Amino acid sequence: MAGTGVTWLGTPAFPRAARGALADTQLRRNLRKATHTIRDKRAAAVAELADWERLRRAGAAIKDSVLANLDVHLERLEAAVTARGGVVHWARDADEANAIILRLVRAAGADEVVKVKSMATAEIGLNEALAEGGVRAVETDLAELIVQLGRDRPSHILVPAIHRNRAEIREIFRREMPSASPGLTDDPRELADAARHHLRLKFLSARVAVSGANFAVADTGSVVVVESEGNGRMCLTLPETLITVMGIEKVVPTWRDLEVFLQLLPRSSTAERMNPYTSVWTGVTPGDGPRQFHLVLLDNGRTDTLADEVGRQALRCIRCSACLNSCPVYERTGGQAYGSVYPGPIGAILTPQLLGDLSHPQPASLPYASSLCGACFEVCPVRIDIPRVLVHLRSRVVDARGGRSPEAAAMAALAWIMRDPGRFEAAQRAGSLARLLARQGRISRLPWPGSRWTSARDVPAPPRESFRAWWRRNRG
Amino acid sequence: MVDPDPHASARSEVLGRIRAAIGPDRPRVQIPRDYDVRREHGNVVELLARRIADYRAVVRRVAAADLPDAIGTLLARRQVRIMLGPADLPEEWRAPDVEWHLDDPPLTVEQLDRADGVLTGCAVAIAETGTIVLDAGAAQGRRALTLVPDYHLCVVRADQVVGSVPEALARLDPVRPLTFVSGPSATSDIELDRVEGVHGPRTLEVLVAS
Ligand code: SF4
Repeated sequence: MAGTGVTWLGTPAFPRAARGALADTQLRRNLRKATHTIRDKRAAAVAELADWERLRRAGAAIKDSVLANLDVHLERLEAAVTARGGVVHWARDADEANAIILRLVRAAGADEVVKVKSMATAEIGLNEALAEGGVRAVETDLAELIVQLGRDRPSHILVPAIHRNRAEIREIFRREMPSASPGLTDDPRELADAARHHLRLKFLSARVAVSGANFAVADTGSVVVVESEGNGRMCLTLPETLITVMGIEKVVPTWRDLEVFLQLLPRSSTAERMNPYTSVWTGVTPGDGPRQFHLVLLDNGRTDTLADEVGRQALRCIRCSACLNSCPVYERTGGQAYGSVYPGPIGAILTPQLLGDLSHPQPASLPYASSLCGACFEVCPVRIDIPRVLVHLRSRVVDARGGRSPEAAAMAALAWIMRDPGRFEAAQRAGSLARLLARQGRISRLPWPGSRWTSARDVPAPPRESFRAWWRRNRG
Repeated sequence: MVDPDPHASARSEVLGRIRAAIGPDRPRVQIPRDYDVRREHGNVVELLARRIADYRAVVRRVAAADLPDAIGTLLARRQVRIMLGPADLPEEWRAPDVEWHLDDPPLTVEQLDRADGVLTGCAVAIAETGTIVLDAGAAQGRRALTLVPDYHLCVVRADQVVGSVPEALARLDPVRPLTFVSGPSATSDIELDRVEGVHGPRTLEVLVAS
């Protein structure tokens, strides 16, 4: 079933949308600072575990095993959640999910819900749907709050306000938070404190919470939310009713499988040994937490994605955001240029697949929003070969558009994004597309679109390391 | 045939689409479990203390016999007046000169919010990641108890400490409500840099008793 929601209406195709971002030097400075900080930290957190590569392989295989029997795992999850007092709902698309949630909120007699940051609810545009139904959704994650108060759009899957620096955040808080003191400084600690006071009463009085889920265990029905601030715990613990929205691919077969993901995720996302809080709950526990628990299982384009044997690996994604943080294109354009709640390398392969429409210029432009340098694959904790999927989707775009491709325009724009066309070309030649498609150490003929370059030059396939070394020396 | 029940038809349609997408020949996937379940660390209690301290939490190692005194000292230093505890908080942990409110009958959210802090034990602690796991079992109480107060003092027994995440999960019962706590509440949302103190307890102190 094709997904709805996913992209923002009216967003221009990537090359044009990126131009606005490139003109915004403040935005580029903010992004550069944040992504570079986190890259180095991630590398250090990962280097601590000698078995990191083995964990990645296990993580990828667990996710593949889930996808190979997704129906079976979902039915087991449903049975386990139901046995522990939860109620499971199925939603074919965004509209159906939103309607289910609105009905549940109304049944609980609430006109306001507190929300834990969740990509699934951003994808389906839940806040807007609730607002139309007369229900206010209060974002409680700090970065989501910054986006909501600033009437802005998210630009990163983990830190949606990554494009805002501390001074801008202070201005938004001063303007939009009645409780913020006029003397509020831009010290991050003070800003966090202001958010604490702003939301405290909401947490203590909320009756309904809406969350996403990082994982759900088919065996036991246990649902997992990984977070930092404690806003997640507040939402998962204090209200009477909890509604969790989860993409169908988030299920894992057994409790033991979490031993892999609870190591891969925090080190890849916030570069910590462990995130401050991880909550696990199973159905309803008398005397502890919500009295009603609803789990909404969301398709919204995922089954279409599953049908593509190359593209389906995008469904392994655990939303760590490492691929965004390591991407030289994302670093320059920011997330909003991708026109979707899923920006960056994962967005470039997930958004078009969830939408299922590769003839529309906007999603069709996304597989070109990459230099195929391979940094995203290198950092991905579940080994999604993003460059390979990008190339595959480019061929699907050409098919869908009757042989016409946005390649020339997209490539020219990308070269411009990378500022130095010579450097970009070198990246292309040395990049992982070459690695990927090389036969016997020489690239003589690439399938489309690489064929356009290889017909002009017959280049030796460089070892991957040398490209990485090259990139480290040359990266912006 | 159209099913009149939207729930049933959504369910069967999604499952049907999954089956169609996978096709008749389901890939058989072997999961390589050759990662480290246990890693060699020497003294895990020492490692736990170091790793918790990395999160800017206060950690003290004490002999089991000195635990009550150590609790009293930490509470006196913070000048707390009202402390919360689970219904089964050990008698000897309840330091004098502090008003103890146990969660029996269950405290209201206002009562949780008015207290200066909460004292609990834990289920398991993970040395490598500096993590304490609460499972609502002995001396821990329900989840809200360790969430609403701004100060959490947690007692870890040396025999509750394991080295790795896999070792910890093997000890836990997933159907209990679980909370993994790694340092005080924090955020990375401002310029991707970790700062402590948002909605959960802003101060975490840990006593490791051996
Ligand atoms: S694609 Fe991989 S690196 Fe990117 S967010 Fe998903 S799991 Fe993380």
